[in-house]
Amino acid sequence: MTAAVVTGVAVAAPNGLGTDAYWRATRAGTGGIRPIRKFDTSRYPVTLAGEVPDFRPEDHLPSRLLPQTDHMTRLALVAADQALADAGVDPGARDPFSMGVVTASSSGGFEFGERELRNLWSKGGQYVSAYQSFAWFYAVNTGQISIRNGMRGPCGVVVSDQAGGLDALAQARRLIRGGTRLVVSGGVDGSICSWGLVAQMAGGRLSTATDPDRAYLPFDAAAAGHVPGEGGALLVLEDADSARDRGARTYGEIAGYAATFDPKPGTGREPGLRRAIELALDDAGGTAADVDLVFADAAAVPELDRIEADALTAVFGPRGVPVTAPKTMTGRLLSGAAPLDVVTALLALADGVVPPTVNVTPLPGYGLDLVVGAPRPARLETVLVLARGHGGFNSALVVRRAGA
Amino acid sequence: MTTHEHAEFTLNDLKRILREAAGEQEGTGLAGDIRAFTFEQLGYDSLARLEAGGRIERTYAVALDEDCLNDTTTLGELLAAVNRRITEAHPARP
Repeated sequence: MTAAVVTGVAVAAPNGLGTDAYWRATRAGTGGIRPIRKFDTSRYPVTLAGEVPDFRPEDHLPSRLLPQTDHMTRLALVAADQALADAGVDPGARDPFSMGVVTASSSGGFEFGERELRNLWSKGGQYVSAYQSFAWFYAVNTGQISIRNGMRGPCGVVVSDQAGGLDALAQARRLIRGGTRLVVSGGVDGSICSWGLVAQMAGGRLSTATDPDRAYLPFDAAAAGHVPGEGGALLVLEDADSARDRGARTYGEIAGYAATFDPKPGTGREPGLRRAIELALDDAGGTAADVDLVFADAAAVPELDRIEADALTAVFGPRGVPVTAPKTMTGRLLSGAAPLDVVTALLALADGVVPPTVNVTPLPGYGLDLVVGAPRPARLETVLVLARGHGGFNSALVVRRAGA
Repeated sequence: MTTHEHAEFTLNDLKRILREAAGEQEGTGLAGDIRAFTFEQLGYDSLARLEAGGRIERTYAVALDEDCLNDTTTLGELLAAVNRRITEAHPARP
């Protein structure tokens, strides 16, 4: 079967805009969680977030796109441009129907939608932007990337909270196997606005801490929810043969994937995460012994941390594999989190270094070899990335050094 | 937002509204006397026209029908239509 390889990446993260800035910060353990700047949070219980710094959309995008795009779509459009440039691909020189776009989304363009709802209720329907018709919509990033780059092959959007970031990459791999030559995939997400924050607060998993270094502490005795963030990553996937034929640099292969769904709460049956890990390893044609590093979902809700730790120790044994959660530096980026973890995994493969989990003192009872404090040098060939979505979604994805 | 009920609707007003509503196409832009250009030639699709039309309607307190904002409408034709409606809605006092 055709292998799907990654030939281009781009990052927009709270601790670095652009792949280089992000990777420099992440290797050094420098976080981007801060008090929210975008709106006044003085009357909200949640006051911290990971906001992408230094982004001036007008420096990157034509003015035609600005009135019709939410903030997270602008970030996504710029990331798509950068990922294609990183891959050395000029989409205008290719058959439009040979290229597709599959992104993940959680909530669409909430900031845009909030503004238009405010216009609707404070001024009247005639003040609502015509672009509200799509700018808030889940599929908008896929659509805008497709239009901007003339990608008229298979396109889609996956919505399964944080797990969706992996599910989108898996769908991109399916398309590559089905004959699409190139797919832009991943997720750039976020809704750091009053409506978006309140919507996330309703899920009951946001941290109310006010110290950025004590706010998002997965696998720690003080775990009490997560910090929301914005951003993510986009990747260019191609089939290995055509990537080789054009002499493209390859970051690695999307080698395995599986998704499971948790049993109904209260049934006492085992959650689906362990099975997702095992099925993904099977799909990659490997075993637990092949895995050199795991990027944890890292919910920072004690019950969910326990479920993840149990799944990992069941598959790998106690302290059987290094585990990290660089998302402690960014907050949880909704559907953007897992694609960012996948890119981070590929950069870790290339540099032979495990980026650290920051601020966390791991509870020994979880039985995890959590890489904390400082980056850890390691020879890496195969990395497992985990992501879970609210409501029972579990996804696992295996990346492997190209040609390994 | 204030309305300009008796004001004339000029090319510069239209350009400003188009820029706010939908930006301007790279390359062609909106510079100069572009009254003979159609919306299509200037790169404005149906949503861009809808958004610009809405802004004109609420700023100048006029109602525009769809014919005023076709892709083949020129900016000059729209200017004339809007000014005609402004005059009809607010006839000059004797």
